[in-house]
Amino acid sequence: MIRIAAVSAIALAASLNAASAQTEVQWWHAMGGELGMKLDEMVAAYNASQSDYKVVASFKGTYAETMTAAIAAFRANEQPAIVQVFEVGTGTMMAAKGAIYPVYELMADMGEAFDPAAFLPSVVGYYTDTAGNLLSMPFNSSTPILYYNKDVFEKAGLDRETPPATWADVEAFSAKIMESGAAPCGFTTGWISWIQTENFSAWHNQPIGTLENGFGGLETELTVNGPVQQKHWENLKKWQDSGVFQYGGPVGGNDAPPKFYAQECAMIMNSSAGRAGVIANATNFEVGYGMLPYYDDVEGAPQNSIIGGATLWVLQGKDEAQYKGVADFFSFLASAEVQAGWHQDTGYLPITQAAYDLSTEQGYYTANPGADVSIKQMTLNAPTENSKGLRFGSYVQIRDIIDEEFQALLSGGKDAKTALDALVSRGNVLIREFEAANK
Amino acid sequence: MVEDRPFLNFLAHAVLILGVVVVAFPVYLALIASTHTAQAFSSGVIPLLPGAEMANNYMTMLGTGMSSSGAPPLGGMMLNSLIMALIISLGKIVISITSAFAIVYFRFPFRNLAFWAIFVTLMLPVEVRIVPTFKVVADLGMLNSYAGLSVPLIASATATFLFRQVFLTIPDEMLEAARIDGAGPMKFFRDILIPLSRTNIAALFVILFIYGWNQYLWPLLITTDDRFYTVVAGIKRMAEVADAVPQWNFVMAAVMLAMLPPVLVVIFMQRLFVKGLTETEK
Amino acid sequence: MKRTIFGNQLLPWLLLAPQLLITAVFFLWPAGQAIWQSFLREDAFGLKTSFVGLLNYRALFNDGDYVNALGVTLVFSVAVAALSMGLALLFALAVDRMLKTANMYTTLLVWPYAVAPAIAGILWWFIFNPTIGILPYLLDFVGYDWNHSLQSGDAMVLVVIAASWKQVSYNFLFFVAGLQSIPQSLREAAAIDGAGPVKRFFTITFPLLTPTTFFLLVVNVVYTMFDTFGVIDATTQGGPAQSTNILVYKVFKDGFLGLNLGSSAAQSVILMGIVIVLTIIQFRYIERRVQY
Repeated sequence: MIRIAAVSAIALAASLNAASAQTEVQWWHAMGGELGMKLDEMVAAYNASQSDYKVVASFKGTYAETMTAAIAAFRANEQPAIVQVFEVGTGTMMAAKGAIYPVYELMADMGEAFDPAAFLPSVVGYYTDTAGNLLSMPFNSSTPILYYNKDVFEKAGLDRETPPATWADVEAFSAKIMESGAAPCGFTTGWISWIQTENFSAWHNQPIGTLENGFGGLETELTVNGPVQQKHWENLKKWQDSGVFQYGGPVGGNDAPPKFYAQECAMIMNSSAGRAGVIANATNFEVGYGMLPYYDDVEGAPQNSIIGGATLWVLQGKDEAQYKGVADFFSFLASAEVQAGWHQDTGYLPITQAAYDLSTEQGYYTANPGADVSIKQMTLNAPTENSKGLRFGSYVQIRDIIDEEFQALLSGGKDAKTALDALVSRGNVLIREFEAANK
Repeated sequence: MVEDRPFLNFLAHAVLILGVVVVAFPVYLALIASTHTAQAFSSGVIPLLPGAEMANNYMTMLGTGMSSSGAPPLGGMMLNSLIMALIISLGKIVISITSAFAIVYFRFPFRNLAFWAIFVTLMLPVEVRIVPTFKVVADLGMLNSYAGLSVPLIASATATFLFRQVFLTIPDEMLEAARIDGAGPMKFFRDILIPLSRTNIAALFVILFIYGWNQYLWPLLITTDDRFYTVVAGIKRMAEVADAVPQWNFVMAAVMLAMLPPVLVVIFMQRLFVKGLTETEK
Repeated sequence: MKRTIFGNQLLPWLLLAPQLLITAVFFLWPAGQAIWQSFLREDAFGLKTSFVGLLNYRALFNDGDYVNALGVTLVFSVAVAALSMGLALLFALAVDRMLKTANMYTTLLVWPYAVAPAIAGILWWFIFNPTIGILPYLLDFVGYDWNHSLQSGDAMVLVVIAASWKQVSYNFLFFVAGLQSIPQSLREAAAIDGAGPVKRFFTITFPLLTPTTFFLLVVNVVYTMFDTFGVIDATTQGGPAQSTNILVYKVFKDGFLGLNLGSSAAQSVILMGIVIVLTIIQFRYIERRVQY
C-alpha cells in the first residue's frame, strides 16, 4: 500500500514536471570533487546550448556505489536514463540485455548522426561488441604510464631525460639508483590488477582469457596464468625481496604514490589521469614520463595498453523523448571542443581523433610535456584480440582475487605459478556462476 | 580496600596511568595531526608535537569541506548526524515506552505474540538483513532522507524490555489510587508512569544517542546525496580519495569533530551513561 | 504480572502499533526476503530469477573463502574478547583499590565507548600506516618490518587492537560493577586468614566474577561479529588475502559490491542463525542484572 502511494506520488511529480516544455534526462555519476565540478560545468554548458532537454547530473558516490544504486533503482523501476559505470562493471552491464540500451542502437533509433570511425579505436574498442558496435559511451578513460623522478635519475648518474624502456632497463636503472644511494627503492606501482596484470598482458599481446578476453561470450575462461605473466610476477616477487620494488597495497595501491612523492621510490607506474596530482605532490623534484616497460624477448611487445575509467550506459524503461535527449547529449559530449576541454582539464584521454588533433593544434601537448605519452601508448599499434580490453562477469571480485593472490605471492605463501593458477581457477568459478545467473 | 599495601597501590596507579595514556594515545595523535599542514605528512613520519594550522584546518572542514574528495562541509554533516541520532533515540524511547505500557498494563489477545515479535528484533541486527532492508527502503522511496536514515533502526527490544522492567517495579497501589481518582489509562501513563521513569529515560537517551550518532554501515549505504551524509560515514569518503593521498590533517580534524559530541555526552553525563549501559546491557 | 490492569482492547494495539509496524516492515519482511532470496539465483538487475534450492548454501560450504571467513571471525572474536576483557579486568581491579581517584580514572577510561568503531579503525589505521604511521616507524628500530597490507598476521593484530580499544571501556564498567557487588566481608575474612592479594583474587574475586565474565564474553562475541564492520571497512577491508574478512563484511562485499545476491542472502540467513543461538544463550544461561 505504502509503496503504491509512493509510486503514485512519484508519478504525479513526474507528470507535473512534464508540464514544463523541457524533457529532463537523469544522469547518475561517480565524479566527486574537482572532477564533479568540471562535469557540472559541462552539463550546464549543454543545458544552455539548447532548450529541448535538461540534463540533471547527480553524484552517487564511488563507482561501486553508483553502479549498485543504479541497479537497485532499476529493480525499483526508478532508474536514471544515463549511469556512469567503471570498466570492470562492463561485463555485468553488457550481460543485462533487458536493462541496457546499447549506444549504437540508441543513436540509430533516434536518428542521431553518429560516426563510429571518428572514435579512437583503442579507447572505444573496450566498449564494443564483437561486431564492433559501441555499447556504451566512453566518458573518462585513462591508461597507466610510467612516472619517474628526474632528479634522482641524475643523482644516480643516469640520463635525466631517458625513462626505462624495458623491464631490463628498470632493473638496471634501479640497481644504479640504489647503489648510488640516490633513492632506497627503484619502483612502485598502483593497481597490481589493472597495471601489472591486465595491462601487462595487453602490452605483451598475451591473452587474459579465452574468447577474445571474454568479448566473445559468457563461456569465457581466464588464461592469465601464461608463461609471460608468470615470469613477470616471479620478477616482481624477486624485486620485492631485493628492495627494488615496493608494494603499494591492494586495489589502487594507495600506499604507492606517497613512496614516490617522498622520493623513496624513483619510479611509479600509475594512471595517466593522476598526472595533475603527481605534479602537485612532487614538490621537491621534477617528474618525467615514459611508456610502460616491456620484456624485449616477448614477441609482439610492446603492443598497446588498455584503458581504465568509466563509460556512460543508457538504461531501458524511459520514454522516447528522454532517449532523444540522451542521443543529443551524447553528440554534444563527443564533439571535438567538449572532448578536448574535458581531456585537457582532467587528464583523461580524448575519445575522438578530432579532439586529439584539436588539443595538438591548441598547443596543449607542447605546454604539458608527458600529457601525450598515454595517447601514444594507447595507439602504438592497432589493438589485437588480446589488447582490445577485457570483459568478464563478476570482475569486481576477480580483481580482489588478483590482489589476494599477489599478496600471497609477496608474503611468500605461494610461488608465481601457484598464485596465478589459483587466481585463474578461483576466477573461473565466479565466471561460471555469473554465466549461470545470466544465461 | 582490604589492607594498605604501598607497593600494590603504586602498581595500581601505574597500571591505570599507563592505561589512560594508551587509551588516549590514538586521539592525541589525531589531535596533533589535525594541527599541521598536509605537507607535514609527506616527509615520512608523523609529527608528535602540535603545529600551527589548527584553526585553519578546523575552519576549512567546518566551513567549506574537502572539495577534492566530494565531501561537503562538516557542519552540515554533523547536523545530519545530530538529527539522525535524535530521531533514533527519541523514536526508540517513544515507541518502546508505549509498547511496554501496552504489554504491562493491558490484557489482550495475541499479547504474547506481540511481545515475541518485538523480541525478534534483538536477533536481527541491521548487518544481517542489510540487502533486503535496503531494498525495502528503496521501494518505499526513503533513500536519501532522514526517515530512511533513522526509521529502520528505531525498533528496539532492549528499550521495550527496560521499560517493562521499570513498570513492573511500580507498585500496583499506584494504579489503584489513580483509578479511584478516575484517571484513564493515558492520564495514568502521562502523570504517573512517565515521571517515574524519568531517570531511566534519560539514561537510555544517552546510550541511544551514542548508538545513533555512531551508525556507519546504514548511512553509508542509503545516502548517496551529500545533503544527507552523516559525519561518521562521511569520513570514510574523505579517507579514500582516488588518484591522491589522503589529506591527513583534514581527515583527522574531521575525526576529532565527529567524535567530540558523543564523547562529551559520556563525560558530562557519566552517571546516566553508566546507569544506561548497565541497565540495558546492550 | 500486574494484578490490576486496564480493560481497553483497542488502546493497547494503538500503543503497540508503531513498534510492530516498524518491526514488520524493516525486520520481519526483510528477514523473510533474505530467506526466500537465499534459495534463488538471480542476476544483478533481477531480470532472470530461478529457484535453486539449497545450491547457494552448498556452494558456501564448498567455498574456501567462506570457510576461511568463519575461521577468521572465530579468531577475531576470541582475540578481541580476550584482549579487551583482560585489560578491562586489570583496570577494574586497579580502580577497585582507589578511593579518592576512582571516579577520575573511570572517566578517563570509559570515554572511548563513545567513539564509533569506524573512527576507531581510522585512528589505528593512521598509527599503523606503513608509510607515515608512528608504530611501524618505532617497530623498525627493533627490526620488525610492519606491513599490514601484506602480512596477514599484522593485519589481524591491527583490527584486533582497533576493535578492542573501544570495547575495553564497556567491559571495564561491568567489571567494576561486578567487583563492587562482591561483599567486602568475604575479602576481609580471607585477608585475616592470611591470603595474599593474588590468592584472594583467584579463590574469591575471580570465581565471584564468573557470571559477569560469561555475560561479557557473549556480549563481546556479538560485538565483534556485528559491530566491528566499521573497523574492518576503515582499515583492511578484509585483506590481505581475506585474512580479516569476517562474516558480516563478506555479506556486504558479496551482496553490495559483488552483486551476488543469492549467496549474500544465504550468508545473512546463516548469520541470523548464529545471532539467534547467541541471544538464546544470553537469555537462558546468563544471570542477568535485569530480569526480563
